[in-house]
Amino acid sequence: MTGRISLKLLSVGLLVGAAGCASFYEIPIETPIAAKLDVSAFQRVFIAGFLSSGTEDVDGNVETVRLLRSQLRMKSNLKVVDADALPLLEVATATSAEGQAAGPGASEARETPKLASLKTEKDLEPFEHIFADADYWKKIGEEYQNPLIVTGTVVFTPHSQSGMVQREQEVIDALGRRRVEPVREYMERKGFILAEKFIFIDGRTGAQISGGETFREERLYNQNDNTPALSSYFELMDEIIPRFLSTLSTQRVRGSRVLIK
Amino acid sequence: MRVHMLTAVLLLGVLSGAAYADARADAKAQVEFGISVAQKGLWKEAIYRWERATQIDPNYAAAFNDLAIAYEHEGLLEKAGAAYERALKLEPNNPMVRQNFELFKEIHDRTNQSQTP
Repeated sequence: MTGRISLKLLSVGLLVGAAGCASFYEIPIETPIAAKLDVSAFQRVFIAGFLSSGTEDVDGNVETVRLLRSQLRMKSNLKVVDADALPLLEVATATSAEGQAAGPGASEARETPKLASLKTEKDLEPFEHIFADADYWKKIGEEYQNPLIVTGTVVFTPHSQSGMVQREQEVIDALGRRRVEPVREYMERKGFILAEKFIFIDGRTGAQISGGETFREERLYNQNDNTPALSSYFELMDEIIPRFLSTLSTQRVRGSRVLIK
Repeated sequence: MRVHMLTAVLLLGVLSGAAYADARADAKAQVEFGISVAQKGLWKEAIYRWERATQIDPNYAAAFNDLAIAYEHEGLLEKAGAAYERALKLEPNNPMVRQNFELFKEIHDRTNQSQTP
């Protein structure tokens, strides 16, 4: 009995001794990352809408507007303007038609292209003149009390790829022990690519604030997974949103470090 | 004459060794105090202490490591990077400094990441 108590006391003593001699300490830290854009002149932000193309399964314009607004409400000090997403493809089509109203192709130019016919980023280029239309954005700005306006392009396209892939496989050896081994095998995978360009416009003048931020993310799944397009879209947006937010507001990244002496 | 020279050199060695030990002890005291205040969330005071430690003993890797962490916490990322690099230059094989620096770089790279298609 006395021996057991002595043993316990000894182990406690050793623990205390070890703690006393510790020469390093793990400490939680929060790293503030300053916003890339100076948006101090704005009290409001209006996620106006996007030119979108790619798969018809996800409305890139509406989903992106909704998601960015909800994130900004939670993680930014700017007041988020709540209004319908602008149908930018229609607006861009109409404004380009106005430019050539007297020309022979005016009636065709007035027709808004169907999403199905817009597959790539290149397909959106003929409509991107809308971002430089300062008069249009100034009018929008006046309507919503001179906010910071966020617009741009969203391209969400299906993608497939085949080739050698390394994955981990559990194996049981002759002695019945489990272990994980890397295995290389040929796989056909399918998934999606999300490419987004964010353009920031000063609602007071209608002018672009910066050249824009471009992000591209890709996700591939096993052929049998049948991941819905919308799920994949949200997974890809999870990667993009922190970087989008860091453009507009100071973000705090939590982690831990080791102090030493 | 030779004996005198040897004695002088030895004395100088002993004295500089003692001065070095004194500097390290002073710097260590600053580092330890810095750690105790950082653990209470007083990061500005910790920065002051660790900056003092690096001035007292510019070869003390731990002081630069801790200072880098404090700079990181305050969002002074350029200064943090420089302090980590100094710590690693002094102790290139210190696994804790290396791990801290890797984590710092990961955040730094991620926030600067802006891909083009």
